Amino acid sequence: METIQTDVAIIGAGGAGLRAAIALAQEAPNLRIALISKVYPMRSHTCAAEGGAAGVIKPDDSFDQHFHDTVGGGDWLCDQDAVEYHIHEAPKELLQLEHWGCPWNREPDGSVAVRPFGGMKIKRTWFAADKSGFHILHTLFQTSLQFPKIERYDEYFATDLLVDDGRCQGLTAIEMRSGQMRRFNAKAVIIAGGGAGRMFPFNTNGAIKTGDGMALAYRAGVPLKDMEFVQYHPTGLPNTGTLLTEACRGEGGVLLNKDNYRFLQDYGMGPETPKGQPVLKTMELGPRDRVSQAIWGEIQKGRAVKTDWGDCVWLDMRHLGEKKIDERLPFVRDICISYLGMDPVKEMVPIRPVVHYMMGGIHTDTKAATSLPGLFAAGECACVSINGANRLGSNSLVEILVFGRRAGLSAAEYVGGAKPGNDAALTAQADASQARIRELFMRNQGKESIAGLRKEMTDTMEEGCGIYRTQEGLEKTSKKISELRRRYKEITLHDKTNVYNTDLLTALELGNMLDCAEAVAVSGRERKESRGAHQRLDYTARDDVKYLKHSMAYFNGLESPRIDYRDVVITKSQPGVRDYSGAKK
Amino acid sequence: MSDNRLAARQIELEVLRYNPETDQEPKFQNYSVPCINEWCVLDALNYLKDNLDPTLAYRWSCHMQVCGSCGMMINGEPKLACKAMLRDYPDTIRIEPLNHFPIERDLVTVADDFIAKLKRVKPYIIPGEKRVPTEGEYKQTPAQLKRYRQFAMCINCMLCYAACPEYGLQPKFIGPAAISLAHRYNIDSRDGGRDERQEEIATDEGVWECTFVGACSEVCPKHVDPAAALQQVKAASTVDWYLEHFMSWVKK
Repeated sequence: METIQTDVAIIGAGGAGLRAAIALAQEAPNLRIALISKVYPMRSHTCAAEGGAAGVIKPDDSFDQHFHDTVGGGDWLCDQDAVEYHIHEAPKELLQLEHWGCPWNREPDGSVAVRPFGGMKIKRTWFAADKSGFHILHTLFQTSLQFPKIERYDEYFATDLLVDDGRCQGLTAIEMRSGQMRRFNAKAVIIAGGGAGRMFPFNTNGAIKTGDGMALAYRAGVPLKDMEFVQYHPTGLPNTGTLLTEACRGEGGVLLNKDNYRFLQDYGMGPETPKGQPVLKTMELGPRDRVSQAIWGEIQKGRAVKTDWGDCVWLDMRHLGEKKIDERLPFVRDICISYLGMDPVKEMVPIRPVVHYMMGGIHTDTKAATSLPGLFAAGECACVSINGANRLGSNSLVEILVFGRRAGLSAAEYVGGAKPGNDAALTAQADASQARIRELFMRNQGKESIAGLRKEMTDTMEEGCGIYRTQEGLEKTSKKISELRRRYKEITLHDKTNVYNTDLLTALELGNMLDCAEAVAVSGRERKESRGAHQRLDYTARDDVKYLKHSMAYFNGLESPRIDYRDVVITKSQPGVRDYSGAKK
Repeated sequence: MSDNRLAARQIELEVLRYNPETDQEPKFQNYSVPCINEWCVLDALNYLKDNLDPTLAYRWSCHMQVCGSCGMMINGEPKLACKAMLRDYPDTIRIEPLNHFPIERDLVTVADDFIAKLKRVKPYIIPGEKRVPTEGEYKQTPAQLKRYRQFAMCINCMLCYAACPEYGLQPKFIGPAAISLAHRYNIDSRDGGRDERQEEIATDEGVWECTFVGACSEVCPKHVDPAAALQQVKAASTVDWYLEHFMSWVKK
């Protein structure tokens, strides 16, 4: 097996991975950097983020307000030291991107413009029309091209971490072009592999978001934290699940039921605000968990709009007018026309909540370090946690920058003191990794199909781990995923060739998703309270006595994960009431 | 909300297959795929892969016209498979890998040449006025932003390279997307790196290779209009040439 020697290996070349790579190239110029990704960097799913990135920049704003919006929005499950670091670094990172050429929207005087977003008391979301993530990703990718120290391994699929002597010392990956396995010897590894939304049938995520990075760390013994918290974005296109940014509402769009009634006022987010003049942190600018739950409520009450694609509510943007929609939301208009055949300038658009983001992920501390020495993680795959039980829109595009950079710097610091590895032990592990893939290749008698198992997985996840959950449903889904993980051993590949074998890659992705899915279902089953995005019909209240804690899922082979708990870090905000009524101060 | 959008359609997909390990040359394989009229071509391919032939290789991810992975020739035209709606096509659809790129496997092309060209044009800010982020943002008015924003919309899908007859004839041509991106930075008010980039793009392998067919702009799924970028670069570099040769006392 060919071995590549590097100092820091980064798995994933989306926003977090690229930011980590640039931080290393700039601040530790003597280190070798291997940036490894299963897709070319600009294909990474950061590109799909639309709305923007939150950072305190305007004189009417303050760190304190960003802190409280975030912690309250997360239903007090955020680690407050992490939030503190995040919000203070946010404007620096956004300014850095501005210096690297990001085309942020501007005020007439040339300063950066900000827009309102859900759950935020002050307008603080920097944006580049409705393609903010796309521009952030391309700005980072293009900026990275000037650093020869960043050696890219595009279209390499990471299969296993190499762990010896209690520390991470590299990884194995398949070079997709040749189908050959490569071994990366690295003094430190950063995982920036993104989320796992594809474990659900109806999601905004790209095909690549299969939890690979989470599963790599999990199988290596690092706990997955708060995996039960899965964010449903309120406004997905009903047929494809394509995201319509929260900025649709930030710019003044409203949600209506079948009677053209702005139903959010019945769910603690009223009173009604004037149409087209959005008021911060209430009605349509409530947080995502509450708005998605309200839509679910309307569906239960029979007040939803019946469509060919299931029960929906209306998103009405017509009053914004063509000029504003074309200036602020041009992509949203394109998408509606392409996939629904409907023009939001002229028509109301049906929408329904859609799986969007994993609040949970690889457990890290505020330095982006995991519990395994030499292993760091950042971005959606990680849980530091600034998002708690419900992420506020426009915090994640900042998180990839702040903690991507932090992971790079922490890895550089660690590499300085790293001892040389035991080559024989690492070789044995790399060989075992290769043997695992070879066994999958050689298997001929298996009776399970990838597409079949995937369908059963996504169906049971939707059924048991949806917007509202019950003990019975979570137990059923936990059992089902456990069964699917056993049946996964019976998969047979149809494609036994080497070059760009997507049959093999989708099989590996399915395995990763199943590992993550079990952590979601079992963590959810054990959390007997309702908090943020984890809402239980059988335990409807938040229980701060028992569950003001992070859940920690530990990999346990083919058995269910072991669940442990960890205290939430609280510095200055004690758990309180999340009030999104317009009547509040 | 109910109309014939969800009508079922049987689509014949003629897909160019090639596996370098087993095939002498590429050949078409036909599949009859049950589709829904509101699908895009990518949906049909995904159905095919899940239900009819798991060995087919193609790239895709976002299914929302922004990641740029799923560029392919669809009935002879370079398209994003996620933007090619079945409602706009007849019942037989021919699908091939993007023109002008070597085939790696089936619909997957080798993108090395494009990736190298992107890097070559230095698509990043080379600061004019030096500032550090702690000094705050560069002021950039909405009008200054508007000058280059369109050229910053490129998703690197490479459709314009598949459409460009010059690139087909002369692979050294830096090509529409990379030149547009260089131009995007050249006209960004924060940038001072134009001279460095001109050395790459105002050359025979750069804009002077372009014969202004305009196919790049026609196929661009993001309305970047690379042809306009190339014309602007040509015009500006002609001015440079005159200034240098006849009016050398004038500072550029």
